[in-house]
Order: sequence, then structure tokens, then C-alpha cells
Amino acid sequence: MASRKEGTGSTATSSSSTAGAAGKGKGKGGSGDSAVKQVQIDGLVVFKHYQEEGQGTEVVQGVLLGLVVEDRLEITNCFPFPQHTEDDADFDEVQYQMEMMRSLRHVNIDHLHVGWYQSTYYGSFVTRALLDSQFSYQHAIEESVVLIYDPIKTAQGSLSLKAYRLTPKLMEVCKEKDFSPEALKKANITFEYMFEEVPIVIKNSHLINVLMWELEKKSAVADKHELLSLASSNHLGKNLQLLMDRVDEMSQDIVKYNTYMRNTSKQQQQKHQYQQRRQQENMQRQSRGEPPLPEEDLSKLFKPPQPPARMDSLLIAGQINTYCQNIKEFTAQNLGKLFMAQALQEYNN
Amino acid sequence: MATPAVPVSAPPATPTPVPAAAPASVPAPTPAPAAAPVPAAAPASSSDPAAAAAATAAPGQTPASAQAPAQTPAPALPGPALPGPFPGGRVVRLHPVILASIVDSYERRNEGAARVIGTLLGTVDKHSVEVTNCFSVPHNESEDEVAVDMEFAKNMYELHKKVSPNELILGWYATGHDITEHSVLIHEYYSREAPNPIHLTVDTSLQNGRMSIKAYVSTLMGVPGRTMGVMFTPLTVKYAYYDTERIGVDLIMKTCFSPNRVIGLSSDLQQVGGASARIQDALSTVLQYAEDVLVSADNTVGRFLMSLVNQVPKIVPDDFETMLNSNINDLLMVTYLANLTQSQIALNEKLVNL
Repeated sequence: MASRKEGTGSTATSSSSTAGAAGKGKGKGGSGDSAVKQVQIDGLVVFKHYQEEGQGTEVVQGVLLGLVVEDRLEITNCFPFPQHTEDDADFDEVQYQMEMMRSLRHVNIDHLHVGWYQSTYYGSFVTRALLDSQFSYQHAIEESVVLIYDPIKTAQGSLSLKAYRLTPKLMEVCKEKDFSPEALKKANITFEYMFEEVPIVIKNSHLINVLMWELEKKSAVADKHELLSLASSNHLGKNLQLLMDRVDEMSQDIVKYNTYMRNTSKQQQQKHQYQQRRQQENMQRQSRGEPPLPEEDLSKLFKPPQPPARMDSLLIAGQINTYCQNIKEFTAQNLGKLFMAQALQEYNN
Repeated sequence: MATPAVPVSAPPATPTPVPAAAPASVPAPTPAPAAAPVPAAAPASSSDPAAAAAATAAPGQTPASAQAPAQTPAPALPGPALPGPFPGGRVVRLHPVILASIVDSYERRNEGAARVIGTLLGTVDKHSVEVTNCFSVPHNESEDEVAVDMEFAKNMYELHKKVSPNELILGWYATGHDITEHSVLIHEYYSREAPNPIHLTVDTSLQNGRMSIKAYVSTLMGVPGRTMGVMFTPLTVKYAYYDTERIGVDLIMKTCFSPNRVIGLSSDLQQVGGASARIQDALSTVLQYAEDVLVSADNTVGRFLMSLVNQVPKIVPDDFETMLNSNINDLLMVTYLANLTQSQIALNEKLVNL
């Protein structure tokens, strides 16, 4: 899923121009139809995410709380969901959520539900489940986003936090609950246009800034500078492995589609032949003076083959796209590092 | 009452010069590098403040703290082993999320509330106590009385337990730079929940221009058999991070420098650039140091510098060229394949939509 060009543009530039872009976004209606142009996250939320993820190794999911201010979605707090265990059958998620939100309201924390978040493993998050959840959220709350964060990539050295929403077109399709190829073709959805990425900014209050200075003084410098480590082929290998799996699935899907096409065309031919035979027979009968055979319902005789589900292949394509993006980012970083190593070595000699 | 001279080996500078502390204030650091923990005493009933100060000194010295006088008077000094019920040793390890939550709940406090309190959750192990989570608890405080909503605290704890069943109630926190009498009461509430709870204060009023973060545990003091009091002895506070947290902290630190406290997430190459800039800064500091200290240099630093310079491996240039080229080729190939895959799926999309 290609992020919107304006989005990536503003994330890449410095903070002042991000603020500027936000200002621009506030003024005009926006080229897209989405209600949210920017996501603003409090530092606290970032802390919480990474702390939760650092604790366990499973996928972490949870709820985002905050407010919507004009076209900016401000996320001010979050809390995680407990893991689903098989023996906890009577556990009521909704109740847990309601209790948490009620309690948080007592301490003046924003209790408005604005989205949800999920951690992901190497970027493999484009699944049917995600789509469904995000759809239900976005249906209920116009501006909700799903925040995906990748702890493995972060451990590599760079914060990996992305906010996604469903595009309006996809929303419509989901509303119809009609995933047949015709509907998708009508809506003209490509895999690139399924999710849109919303740029994220992080904002802190002054007091938190003071806290940061305090922490800076007291804590030791990180001793593991993973970001500049050259030995990251493992990560790349994993990514490629996942990509290969997806591509395999994709090719299976394509084979299915091909068989479907072939079946349809064969059927067309058969129908044609049958019609011709009918006509011939009818002519013969007419010439013999007998009543013509009734026209039989062709569609009953020749049931059209089932077209393959298009949604899954869209999702797979989207996932492959994400993987490719990640890989390209990764290789770009590594190339940079290699050139730095070269510079060091040259100097040494 | 125990005299300061009694215990095993009091370091040469005993804290007797500590002035008689007023019950609710922190004694000023003495001229001699005081090795004694500086108690913020809030005695429920204490006959003699001076005795209170002395009594802290008594259980506070061990043989190991012979080195203590050489240490700087940091806000929380390395504590000696307390022969008491404190199960986790003397170090409290905090995660930054706790502090951020505390500051955040302070900012969201009700009108008229001077401070906020809440519960600390975490785990205990043999040497330290690790605080990993917290939530704030509504409370009302006035001159004479204090009311804490313990039902709420219990409920929240139950909810939190569902997410992470390993966490226990470790204690409580409060903002503000002092320990008041109400703190003692609240501490008592919490001692019903957890054995020997910890009390954490975060000074959001920024006294002395710093947000000091201190942790205490309560100990009994006073004359045995007669009026007993409660005193808060400080503990060492360390910050613990998971790897990912460290990076999050580094990123968030950047908001300190931006004018409207807003930063965007940087793209991939920018991050590499940023990291290398950091290393460059570090290197220039080291270089500066090396140039300034030419003759009388520390040996250990010299050894570190030596190992630093030797980190760049000496490889025959041709070998290095081949290695570099093969690596670059690998990466380029992967990029090419990724691009190819992307164009493939785009093509597929077009075909299927025919």
C-alpha cells in the first residue's frame, strides 16, 4: 500500500515543515476524502507501546484513546488487551474495555475510543482480520486509525510506528459486504489503494520535556547501537523468507485464476456449440414438420464456474507490497552503512 | 536509642553534624560528603527529631560503605543492606513509562488538587524491585484528612492483572517534593495491599530547577517499647530499559529541541545519518579530551582509546574491496528483486481487472 505522497513528504522533512503541512491541511478541504490528515501522538503512548512489547514476545493489541481536533487525531493514552487464552472462555472483552474506560474517566484521562493498535512481526499485518477490525472501527468512528508498530525493526534502531486507515472506496466495498470481482472492479481498487498511511507526529508537553532532560542525565548511554551494526543479514533473510511465502501464495492464486478463466472460456465454447446444435436440430425438425424443441435454459445446463475470491488476492498483493517496501528501506540503510565502512577503511589505509 | 558510634564501622565522617531536622523537611547536605541516607522524616509521633536523624544513621552503615564518603552526594545514595523486612534489596529500577504516566496524570489532575497519587505495579526479585506499570488513583486531600479511593485501586489492579498476570502491587507514588503527614496514612493503606510498599515521589513543582525522583521505603524508628514512629528511608533509583524503550526515549528526547515540541518520524536514511552524527559527536568529545590531556592521562581511558582505534579492523585492501563489492551486490540484487516483485503484482492487478 503506497502511502500518500503528501504524507511521506511531510514525514521526511523537518518538524517545522510538518507543522506547516498540518497548517495547510487544516485550511483546505484536502485532496482526499479522509477525515484525518495527521495523527499526533503523545510521548506517553510511545513509551507504553514499547514497554508492553518489550515485556512479552507475543503480539500485543490494544485500544487507543484520545480526541479529534479538527483534522488531526490526537492520541493521548492507550491500554492493552489481555491475550486470548483458550481456558479463558468466559472472558468478556467488551466488559474489560468498558471497565477500563470508566476507570480512566475518573482520573481525567481521555476516554474516547479513537482507534486500536497492534504489534506486528516483520511487517506481516495485512490480514483479513485486520481489515475486518479496522472496518468495524472506522464504521463506528469516522476518524479511527490502526497503529502498527514493529518491535523487531525498532530493536534494529529506528522507531517503526505507522498509522493506517482504510480508503473510502474500500470502506464502501466492505459495507456492501460484496467481495466479488465485479464489485471490486467497479470500485477500481488496486492493492495500492487499500490502506492509506497517515503521517505521525509526536508531541510532548513541557513537563515531559523536563522529565526527558532528567532521564537523560541519569541514564547510561545505550550501549547497543544496533542501528549502525553491519551484521543485519538475519533480518533481511527473515524478510525475504516471508516475502517468498507470500509470493508462493500469490502464484497459487494466479493459477486458480487462470483455471477459472480457462473454464469460463471452455464453457462459452460449449454453450456456443450447444446452441448451434440446437439450431441445427430445430431446422431439421422444421424441415420435417415437427414442432421445434423448446429452448432450454442455457444457464441451468451450464453453470458458470465460481470466480475466485478477489479479496484474498488483494490482501496478498498488499502484503507483498509492504514486504517489498520494508526490504527496500532496509537495503537503502545497509548500503549507507557499507559506504561508511568503506570510508573508514580507506582512511585506515 | 542507638548512638551513631555503635555500629560496625561507621565511616570517618559520621553524619552527626546533620542539623536537627524539622519533621517534614529534608536536612541540608553536610559539608562532609555525607554517606548517610538523608531521611525526609515524617514521624507520626517522635519525641526527638535529633534522635530521629541519629537513628537513621545507626542502621545505615555497613563495612562496604567505607568507600561511601568518596562518592558524590547524589540525591539517592547507594544504600546499605537493611536488616529489615524489605524483600527486594535496595535498588528500585524504574521504567520510563512510569515517569511519563505520572507526569501525564499530574497534568490532568482535578482542579484544586495539589498532587496526584497512584499505585505502582511490577515485580520483585532478589536484588531489586522492578516497577513496570502504574495507574493513578483518585484521592482527596485537605488540611485535616485524606481520602483515597481504594475500591478503584483494587478494580484497576484486577484489570491490569488480566493483561499481565505477573505484576504485583509494589507501592505507590505521589507528585510533589515533600513527604507530608498524609503520606504516612496513605502508606499505611498500601501496606495492607503489599508487603513493605515503596513510595516514589516525583517533584513536579520543579524545586531547585530539577524534577527529582526519589524512592523510599518505610521503616520503624523510635524508642522500642515506647512511642514508635515511621520514617521513610530512601532507596537507590535506577532506570531500566528494554531495548525498544531506549530507542523510543531517544526519539522522544528530540521534542526537547523542537520549537513547538513536535517531531515527525524520520525516514530510513535520515536515521542512519542521525546515528552517525551522534557517533561523530562522541568521537569529537573523545578527541578533545585526548588533546587536552596529553601527559597525565588516565591509564584506563588510554586503554579504551586504544581498543577504540583498533576496532576498525585491519584488512588487506583487496580483500576488503571484494567483501564490500559482494555485499553491495547482494543488497542491490535484493532491491532489484523487490522492485521486480512489485511491478509483477501491479501487472497482475491490471490483468485481472481486464
